Amino acid sequence: MAMDEEDGAPVLRMRGIGKRFPGVVALQEVDLALYPGQVTALVGENGAGKSTLVKILCGVYQPDSGEIELAGETVRLNSAEQAMQLGVSVIHQETVLFDELSVTENIFLGQQMRNRLGMLDWPTMKKRAVAILQDLEADIDPDAKLRDLGIAQKHLVAIARALSVDSRIVVMDEPTAALSWKEIEELYAIVEKLKSEGKAILFISHKFEEIIRIADNYTVFRDGVVAGSGQVADTTQDALIALMVGRKVDQIFPKQMVEIGETVLEVRGLSHPTEFADISFTVRRGEILGFYGLVGAGRSELMQALFGVTRFSTGEVVLDGAPVTLKSPSDAVKRGIVYVPEERQRQGAVLPLPIFQNITLPSLGRLSRNGLLELAQEFDLARQYAARLELKAASLSHPVNTLSGGNQQKVVIAKWLATEPRVIILDEPTKGIDVGSKAAVHGFMSELARQGLSVIMVSSEIPEILGMSDRIAVMREGRIVDTAPRQEADAESLIRMAIGATQEAGVDAA
Amino acid sequence: MMAKALKNRDLLLGLVLIALVLAIAARFPGYITPTNLEGIFTDTSILIILALGQMLVILTRCIDLSVASNLALTGMIVAMVNAGAPDLPLAALVLLSALIGLGLGSINGVLVWTLGIPPIVVTLGTLAVYRGVIFVVSDGEWVNAHEMSEVFLNTPRILFLGLPILAWVAILFVLIVAVFLRWTRTGRAFLAVGGNPTAAVYAGLDVGRTQFLAFSISGLLSGICGYLWVSRYAVAYVDVARGFELEVVAACVIGGVSIAGGIGTVTGVVLGALFLGAVKNALPVIGISPFWQLAISGTVIIVAVVINARQEKTAGKLILRDSHRTH
Repeated sequence: MAMDEEDGAPVLRMRGIGKRFPGVVALQEVDLALYPGQVTALVGENGAGKSTLVKILCGVYQPDSGEIELAGETVRLNSAEQAMQLGVSVIHQETVLFDELSVTENIFLGQQMRNRLGMLDWPTMKKRAVAILQDLEADIDPDAKLRDLGIAQKHLVAIARALSVDSRIVVMDEPTAALSWKEIEELYAIVEKLKSEGKAILFISHKFEEIIRIADNYTVFRDGVVAGSGQVADTTQDALIALMVGRKVDQIFPKQMVEIGETVLEVRGLSHPTEFADISFTVRRGEILGFYGLVGAGRSELMQALFGVTRFSTGEVVLDGAPVTLKSPSDAVKRGIVYVPEERQRQGAVLPLPIFQNITLPSLGRLSRNGLLELAQEFDLARQYAARLELKAASLSHPVNTLSGGNQQKVVIAKWLATEPRVIILDEPTKGIDVGSKAAVHGFMSELARQGLSVIMVSSEIPEILGMSDRIAVMREGRIVDTAPRQEADAESLIRMAIGATQEAGVDAA
Repeated sequence: MMAKALKNRDLLLGLVLIALVLAIAARFPGYITPTNLEGIFTDTSILIILALGQMLVILTRCIDLSVASNLALTGMIVAMVNAGAPDLPLAALVLLSALIGLGLGSINGVLVWTLGIPPIVVTLGTLAVYRGVIFVVSDGEWVNAHEMSEVFLNTPRILFLGLPILAWVAILFVLIVAVFLRWTRTGRAFLAVGGNPTAAVYAGLDVGRTQFLAFSISGLLSGICGYLWVSRYAVAYVDVARGFELEVVAACVIGGVSIAGGIGTVTGVVLGALFLGAVKNALPVIGISPFWQLAISGTVIIVAVVINARQEKTAGKLILRDSHRTH
């Protein structure tokens, strides 16, 4: 580790960066410095503000306050193009490249070289692409279509693109998330190489081993503020986790004490070829089972399989003691399992359809007689659930797109309650909801449990998980790593399990 | 009151239609006589029936360009069967036309459903194939009026309560489709699937099956229209109704059916078809070449789409918390 460079001037310095969105403060008074030839790890829980910072760095968002200094000069990053020209390159989590274009075209898109006639100079670009790829020791044909490459190779193309401009700062947003072990090793080698060329690297990762291995400095975000920063050599994994969690679970959750009854749903050894494996759990009457994990741990995929949207390959689902087949959502609805998806606007409501018809959509089976719908009964059912959720609408005959976002969400929830389910799966029930409505959703969830429903709640928010669940299952990389009663769980242990951290993997040895 | 009428698309289109008829009648009083109005309706009947089927298809985010070819092929086959076996009862021929149409429509449906080929490609293909098959089955020969039986030719013309059977058939289908869309689960599925396919899947609806059904119904109606067309014009040949699919799609668009799916009413489609019928009927009265009809229809379509787009534009995302929509 190059200790003497610590004292050198940072190539980038962000001071007092603030960014708010309607209803949320994403970043508040954030300071960050990146030094040439050093890797700075950015750590934080889901929603701590890391992505917002990256978007500010690459010119997609403009901060509301604070200033950005690049090589000592104050700059404004008004667009992605401008950020790139100033030497900031971002390698995104999901590569944002063009599948139908060749490797060379991708590398030079937006910054093509021209010859004297003003035409695109493909031979020179190709020569340059070959040189960059060789430099990366990447065995990629510059003429290959991007669609024919694997994920790791696509990452390499993204890195090549970052190197094609003379970038001073390289931001890597969870670059190893989709890579195999071998590819990760290759990526580390590239990071070392970039370091040796004097580039400043911002490395976002959830994996503590890799942070400790390749980063020089760290900055921990928590709830949009910097919870701590320093040199990796001076810290331990435990200290980083403590900084990440840090907060007390002091929000009041309207959890009602409900007598928990018999087992309603039992899942045994559920596996999917690519998304999850060996999933077993039970949910009982009146119980709220929380599913915690990092984004991408396979929770939504598991729930979608339980709801029949996707199929699982092995395992069985037992409802009230009898195995059930769940081949389609209509199977699941018939059995009394419903799923309120995370993307409620996209997956939930049919916007041009009237409110009442949205609410009754999955319940039409029991509203028809002799093949004709009983419209009066249908309207009654809709009115009943609209009232229960205190839906604010001028008329239930108006299309859903005349409602505000919060009321649209209520329509989606009303729709599923109207099917009178046994088990309700709520995927990130309070995501994108303002604080006031969150309490209402939590109160409502408690009420559902009190009425005897089994509730499965997928949530990435620790306070919500700890405040609402009776039991908590933690998923990591497609598997349940632990299931424990709420009393035995605490924020630190949940995070530790979700990211797969171990007790002894400190850096003291280094 | 007026502002409200302008917001209701069907009402607006109805008013425009009445205004058009009155404007023409102001100079040509003969246009507005009951006989002429009845004639317009009867002339438009086939367009109305086809547009109903097309609407169901468009509601599910598809399009059926093969309707006119389906109509012509089915019409040719029933005409040939009638010419070859004049004693076969009409009911059998009508049933035959329905079945052929249904079969041809469900071919479109299967291709879209199971192979996932874009509907515009599928039906552009079958448009050509079905048209080509007419030549194969007929050898390019015509079936003329004298080869067709009396019953075959005259039944749609029989007057019942002042209107020919043809017009009553159209009214019957209008009622059936209206009831279907409002009072059945499957009808509701058409609107939901087109309005938000993802949400429809989550609500337990089968998007592909619904689209298949839409193509089948559209095919069935095209087949029945095959018989109606051949008997009305008393001739069957390869080029029957060539290009008519565009008029059918036009009737839907003018009638306020959203090409993006999920939005459309039976009333709108009927008014859209009648609008085209009224224009078509008026041109010879006013003394304008029928070739202008295409240009006028085209202009009307663009105007209708602009009006639709302006109306849909008000439906924003409502990102601001305190934004309220006035209805």
